[in-house]
Amino acid sequence: MASTYEPIATTTVAVAAATITFSGIASSWTDLRVVLVATSSSALAGPRIQFNSDTATNYSYTNLKGDGTSATSNRSTSNNYLQAQGINLTTTPSLLSYDIFSYTGSTFKTVLTSSSQDYNGSGTVQNQVGLWRSTSAITSITFSGAGLFVFDAGTTATLYGIKAA
Amino acid sequence: MATTYTLISSNVLGSSAASVTFSSIPSTYTDLVLRMSARGTWGGATGIYTEFNFNSDTSSIHSWTMLTGYGSGGVVSARYTAQNFIAPNVFNGAGSTSNTFTNIEMYVPNYAGNKNKVASIFGVDENNNTAAEIGVVAGLYSSTTAITSIAIRPDSGAGSFVSGSSFYLYGIKNS
Repeated sequence: MASTYEPIATTTVAVAAATITFSGIASSWTDLRVVLVATSSSALAGPRIQFNSDTATNYSYTNLKGDGTSATSNRSTSNNYLQAQGINLTTTPSLLSYDIFSYTGSTFKTVLTSSSQDYNGSGTVQNQVGLWRSTSAITSITFSGAGLFVFDAGTTATLYGIKAA
Repeated sequence: MATTYTLISSNVLGSSAASVTFSSIPSTYTDLVLRMSARGTWGGATGIYTEFNFNSDTSSIHSWTMLTGYGSGGVVSARYTAQNFIAPNVFNGAGSTSNTFTNIEMYVPNYAGNKNKVASIFGVDENNNTAAEIGVVAGLYSSTTAITSIAIRPDSGAGSFVSGSSFYLYGIKNS
């Protein structure tokens, strides 16, 4: 059986950084998965993700979120990025995983995001379905944030490739 | 390039067991994935929890935030602090539809690192009945100690896992 679930690249932030980028992604796999384990002292909105440096309004997403008290769902359309739940503690990492299906296919790209942040008294859990309306193969992925957002040192991001056969 | 997602250990129960523990987990990997398919001897159908404890720690430093869907019963979010386990609200007991099992995946990144340990859990106890649940959990083990053991058990005092329940622990390397 062919090997699958291979680490393609990993980044560990050495000094606080505004962006994390995986570029030159080969078309060797069927699906991609990114695991982001992040802290941020900037306490701003959650990390944004963009593909192929596309900053046009080609992104949309629907969220299902629980904050420990209430469960809510919301949607954003014609956005410039996909955005998950915030990262706001420096001592306890947030876990975000992104499953990107058929990233080299000729149809629009779907992303399932799981965001887990419990801080023993606060925090959220969120699942998101995202859409990038592009028929281009994904060759780069950029994580960033609004304004002064930074990923703290120690944040890790790993890109995995999954083969169907 | 190295392939990852390696089976560390598995346990398919040949007889019922009150709990299942993966111990002496090596620090060889970056992340852990636990996948399980289990059913309990508890006489009810659903509505109780499946519990996960790290390092046999009973000092009330587990916590979690959860989102649970109850079908027509809607979606509910709740939070639990200062606990001895992390627990999604999914469990198939003896009263649920025959041959239906609870299926759960737990992901633990940087389990050997020196920061607090976080976990993401996704579980279901679908059983072709009105009392079925889907649960998503953000878990926290507020310890900077490496995770070397994981124990899984039915909700406190609620019987055992039945024979045939299966538990698999995988390791993922990021390089």
